[in-house]
Amino acid sequence: MTNTNMARAQLEKGEEAIIEFNDVNKWYGDFHVLKNINFSIKKGERIVVCGPSGSGKSTMIRCINRLEEHQKGTILVDGVEMNNNLKNIEAIRRDVGMVFQHFNLFPHLTILENLTLAPIWVRKIPKKQAEEMAMHYLERVKIANQALKYPGQLSGGQQQRVAIARGLCMQPRIMLFDEPTSALDPEMIKEVLDVMVQLAEEGMTMVCVTHEMGFAKTVADRVVFMDAGEIVEANEPHAFFDNPQHDRTQMFLSQILNH
Amino acid sequence: MAIEFKPSPSLPPPVRSVGAVAWVRQNLLSSPLNVFLTLFSVYILYLIIPPVVEWGIINASFDGESKADCTGSGACWSFIGVYFDQFMYGLYPSEETWRINLALIILVILIGVFAVKTVNKLYLSLVIILAYPIVAYFLFAGGVFGLEVVETSLWGGLFLTTLLGVVGIVTSFPLGVLLALGRQSNMPIAKSVCIVFIETIRAVPLITILFMASVMIPLFLPEGMNFNKLLRVLIGITLFSSAYMAEVIRGGLQAIPKGQYEAADASGLSYWQSMILVILPQALKLVIPGIVNTFIGLFKDTTLVYIVGMFDLLGRIQAATHDSNWLGTTMEGYAFAGFIYWAACFGMSRYSMRIERKLETGHKRN
Repeated sequence: MTNTNMARAQLEKGEEAIIEFNDVNKWYGDFHVLKNINFSIKKGERIVVCGPSGSGKSTMIRCINRLEEHQKGTILVDGVEMNNNLKNIEAIRRDVGMVFQHFNLFPHLTILENLTLAPIWVRKIPKKQAEEMAMHYLERVKIANQALKYPGQLSGGQQQRVAIARGLCMQPRIMLFDEPTSALDPEMIKEVLDVMVQLAEEGMTMVCVTHEMGFAKTVADRVVFMDAGEIVEANEPHAFFDNPQHDRTQMFLSQILNH
Repeated sequence: MAIEFKPSPSLPPPVRSVGAVAWVRQNLLSSPLNVFLTLFSVYILYLIIPPVVEWGIINASFDGESKADCTGSGACWSFIGVYFDQFMYGLYPSEETWRINLALIILVILIGVFAVKTVNKLYLSLVIILAYPIVAYFLFAGGVFGLEVVETSLWGGLFLTTLLGVVGIVTSFPLGVLLALGRQSNMPIAKSVCIVFIETIRAVPLITILFMASVMIPLFLPEGMNFNKLLRVLIGITLFSSAYMAEVIRGGLQAIPKGQYEAADASGLSYWQSMILVILPQALKLVIPGIVNTFIGLFKDTTLVYIVGMFDLLGRIQAATHDSNWLGTTMEGYAFAGFIYWAACFGMSRYSMRIERKLETGHKRN
């Protein structure tokens, strides 16, 4: 089944798509980085995107909150089309949390201030209420005792958990993870993955670019494999890992699983 | 059973690496070249300091009504004493100088209030930035509440220097921020306007701008529509230093990692929110040395208003040395001017270092 048919099939089943890519193409100058991406993600679905570096997977999820602009096709997030309308973009960004490879915490603000910044200024929540909510999420990522420190005083794993809590503070409908564990020491990967697994179990819609295949196997509803700007294969994890259809997928899996 | 791992305890550093003697050994006498440089520096200081002390203090005269009363072979400081009011206030009427002092006292008190913890800093800043200049203006210029009008042409001395410096700094800073943001912006028109402005202003010497402000602009303006020369000069100085400020701040903006912009965007912050809350606090902190450098440059450049017939501190001093009663006091005058400028600039520099240290706590970049 082609990607287009797959997306359509899902819609026909009457399940609510929260993110829809229709024939999305993107170029960096002459370089064709995304080619005819057709894909839709249902509410509550956990998607893991994997693929070799330069395959366009980060670019694809960064199109969802328009950190990258696509040139052709349409992306609908929560029914809103991502185009140059600044109002739409800001509205979608309010509802889509993002976690970056390099955490990107604000180094001049304390952990607590990092978490309350957007709720106070974007959601206009009173400061006290925002702080209570921030402490609630910091407890969930098991880091509440560090609330008054600065990001530079925390380890990488702690910073990434703070970044996840920062995303959650906006009470998003979708969370995007762009290689959240790639910049971490091996000992810290687990603490971040634990938080992500917990989040997945609570039913958050998640799109996650990662090479953590263990994570993909346990929590993903579907695994997407990309290469050279295209979605090569997308399937539920059991079928994806045990019975990959494309030889490109097979090669990729054999390289990352057998070492 | 597994063996328990115990980290070794941290030991204190070796004794010889701390203390005054160790400091002298490490920093002054660590190598033959270093010993030579230390001795050479001591010799230079020996050549300079005794004559200066002799001239300035031991052989100096401190009272008298003219140069003839200075009998010692050293400096004639009575010159500074006699002219002190003029050096401070220019030709501002002496019975009105309390107004300048009052404005200064109000400013000091307002800034002092900053140290009080319970005060809302935002409101206080607004009072200082918006209300204070109006009060100060009416105190200086007069014309309200029975205050006698004092023409700006009478303003001078250190008062004028400070006024030009402070107003220039306070207005050129926000203008510089806007120009830097404009130059970084995606909007082609705003961007080109900023680039053209910055590059044009930077390519012109300040003296030219001051001449334009004081001589040329009145020629272009229609008859009767003229505005104050001091104001024109102030605008010239502000525009000039804002172009430099903009480039310093742009350097800071470029040093902020792209991830910070993206994280701010992804949080849903608008452009202005992300600039004011996330980017500028970091960027400005990075370029404090450059900003203060520009401030100090601006403060010293204000002496150039002498060229367009305004008598700031240096102008007043130069004029006074031409007094026939005080001929031959140029050295004392310039030493005094040098000391005042040095004190002001050194103060700014120390203050900026304090701010840097204060902002540094826990701000390690990742």
